[in-house]
Amino acid sequence: MSLTVRWLEMGVLALGALLALVMAAKAVDPLYAFHAWIFFAAAVLGLFFMARNTFSGAYLREKETEYMDKVVKYGVVATVFWGIIGFFMGVFVASELAWPQLNLAEWFNFGRLRPVHTSAVIFAFGGNALIATSFYVVQRTNRARLAFGNLAWFVFWGYQLFIVLAATGYVLGVTQSREYAEPEWYVDVWITIVWVAYFLVYFGTLVKRNVSHIYVANWFYLSFIVTIAMLHLGNNLALPVSFFGIKSYSLLSGAPDAITQWWYGHNAVGFFLTAAFLGMMYYFVPKQAERPVYSYRLSIVHFWALTFTYIWAGPHHLHYTALPDWVQTLGMVMSVILWMPSWGGMINGLMTLSGAWDKLRTDPILRMMVIAVAFYGMSTFEGPMMSIKSVNALSHYTDWTIGHVHSGALGWVGMISMGAMYYLMGRMFSPNGRVYSYRLVSWHFWLATLGIVLYAAAMWVSGIMQGLMWREYDDQGFLVYSFAETVEAMHPYYVIRALGGLLYLTGALIMAYNFYMTAKGRVSAAEAELAPARA
Amino acid sequence: MAERERDEVTGTETTGHEWDGIKELDTPLPRWWLWTFYATIIWGIGYTLAYPALPLIHTNTKGFLGTTNRMELEKELKTVRAQRAEKLAKLEKASLQDIMKNDELRAFATRMGEAAFKVNCVQCHQAAGRGAYGYPNLQDDDWLWGGTLEAIHYTITHGARYNPDTNEETRQSDMPAFGEQLEPAQIEAVTEYVLKLSGQEHDARKAEAGKKVFEEDAGCNGCHGDKGEGNQELGAPRLSDQIWLFSGSREAIRSQITKPKHGVMPAWKYKLDKATIKALTVYVYSLGGGVGS
Repeated sequence: MSLTVRWLEMGVLALGALLALVMAAKAVDPLYAFHAWIFFAAAVLGLFFMARNTFSGAYLREKETEYMDKVVKYGVVATVFWGIIGFFMGVFVASELAWPQLNLAEWFNFGRLRPVHTSAVIFAFGGNALIATSFYVVQRTNRARLAFGNLAWFVFWGYQLFIVLAATGYVLGVTQSREYAEPEWYVDVWITIVWVAYFLVYFGTLVKRNVSHIYVANWFYLSFIVTIAMLHLGNNLALPVSFFGIKSYSLLSGAPDAITQWWYGHNAVGFFLTAAFLGMMYYFVPKQAERPVYSYRLSIVHFWALTFTYIWAGPHHLHYTALPDWVQTLGMVMSVILWMPSWGGMINGLMTLSGAWDKLRTDPILRMMVIAVAFYGMSTFEGPMMSIKSVNALSHYTDWTIGHVHSGALGWVGMISMGAMYYLMGRMFSPNGRVYSYRLVSWHFWLATLGIVLYAAAMWVSGIMQGLMWREYDDQGFLVYSFAETVEAMHPYYVIRALGGLLYLTGALIMAYNFYMTAKGRVSAAEAELAPARA
Repeated sequence: MAERERDEVTGTETTGHEWDGIKELDTPLPRWWLWTFYATIIWGIGYTLAYPALPLIHTNTKGFLGTTNRMELEKELKTVRAQRAEKLAKLEKASLQDIMKNDELRAFATRMGEAAFKVNCVQCHQAAGRGAYGYPNLQDDDWLWGGTLEAIHYTITHGARYNPDTNEETRQSDMPAFGEQLEPAQIEAVTEYVLKLSGQEHDARKAEAGKKVFEEDAGCNGCHGDKGEGNQELGAPRLSDQIWLFSGSREAIRSQITKPKHGVMPAWKYKLDKATIKALTVYVYSLGGGVGS
């Protein structure tokens, strides 16, 4: 990369720092000023490292003929780091529900920390896992280095900045109250810039590929990047009160606002948590199993069926509300039709193991990926079922929804990501090509699986109980339970849920330790005699 | 590179492509998958025809079932209202005494009252009316304003100390703040006397002096009675038992004499209909502490 380009990049960073200074100086509220200073600090830090790298000549050692893997390695570290933060926040907010005394001060109450948990696990943990693996996969399956030089680094650090701005904002009370899209307008603008850069890097790499056909994993990753951009822009149409203040107002109101929110919300599930992680699965499962993908045809048909159908399914979040009946019908019908397109991914994931099932006994990483696919199949059956209006009449607003989301999030997204992280740890961090201890991976697997089972079972029971209690009439025609009584009845299940989350967190901590030892190049003494996993 | 080969394990051909060592089998779509997919689509078409589904320019297709969310809700509400209608009509006409005499009507009123109690009353009186600090327990037979059906009905209807300027019928009682009228020693003494009246451990010498304060200097007996038996006409609590609205500790009694706390209960006539208030009366009466008139 030429020196001119690097000067240009530093110029952009300097301009960014200058803009942040202006924002801080003209801020009309202190929280905006605080965020402007974070912007400023990020730009100055970027400038510093960029200058050091440039003047030491370190950049000259990077070759166009090599994969750009350092940014992937940073992504693996970020994924593990944010995963632990996100799981911890989950355990904490779950405990707040079980023991409300833990709502200590306004910064730590459930209302502010819940979005910290959801954003940390979806966007910080999941997002970093996706960016890292997509960068890894797109290079290898297209035999091309990431496009546009340092832009991939901008994507990585820009994304971390987005996470910090979002999380500090939630804790301090900056929110636009749209579920899974809580950050205010200026953070939305920032993530838009980062996301466009992400698209350019990804798409640019596809364009300069050295293979004729594009591998299926890339379709899924690309559909995720493109659709999330569209959803993000549509859902965040808002007018700031001042360009130097945090507050903005949505352009829409009432039912149109609600359906826009859930068009976004459901497709965040569809394209962020489903399609993108299917991309991950389509690379890492065949690699780890060392088997060909089960059916090329199925992958094509279910990809297009999934992307076409998913985008309509959002209205099932608003059954029996002010949303017009016809929109509800549309959402429900599309959700039910979505069942088989979703299961196409499960079939392709599981059947790829035919001829390699025996590996499940010896390879805990593969076991993790397979249970992820199993949970994927379970939640993508449960989802269409819950979207049916008569089922939804019972399940809506209850913990059943929470249980459903977590069997998908902990089971599918979490397990497939952590499987991929173990794969990358062994390949990228260890001089001997294997993780420090497979026994610890096994421990992680069982702790996480048990945690999910406790979590999901507790929420199914408490959710269905809650729904039944809400609608129970006695023989005289009066409601039997008050709302507070239903809350009281759920307490034991909330405790079990928190325990399930704790097990899941413990598993992740074991992974972090395993990662640390792997990066140090160590091999567990007890396993030293085993042959290293074949690459 | 597009050379198809046969996978040994499955016997299926590959597509001939390879990416970073990953190959793809050319397995056809699983039949059961395809047919289930078609089935959901056909079902979807059927459902779309049956219910409001497709947007038109000014309206939308209504579906051959001709139903909507709102219509379904109205049907459900109608069913439940019809179930209650007959007894509700009787309840509206019947007097409290009549309700108590009719087993069927009493059972209906108790359930209706319980449902209303869970929505409107538990916030202060707690589940099943067990009471809390500052909020009377409705399960015992110690009543501030009387435990007869009529007295309970009156209290629920008009409330206590609830906007007396516009709601003249509300239960009204104001214990003076004796901190402004008595010497500290007198308050000390009468506190001991109240402890004695309620059968608690007390300083006998001070209580003796307190008796004079109770009966002469402050005239507490005017409302609370000579033996602290209380007066439900005035809403003066009984002091000669162990049941306390706030607390029976020495500090709490002293504080209540010095600067009394006065609770407020809403007048439910502004929010609930007459039948519901009747039902609430029957329910509260049934909690265990209701007394005959």
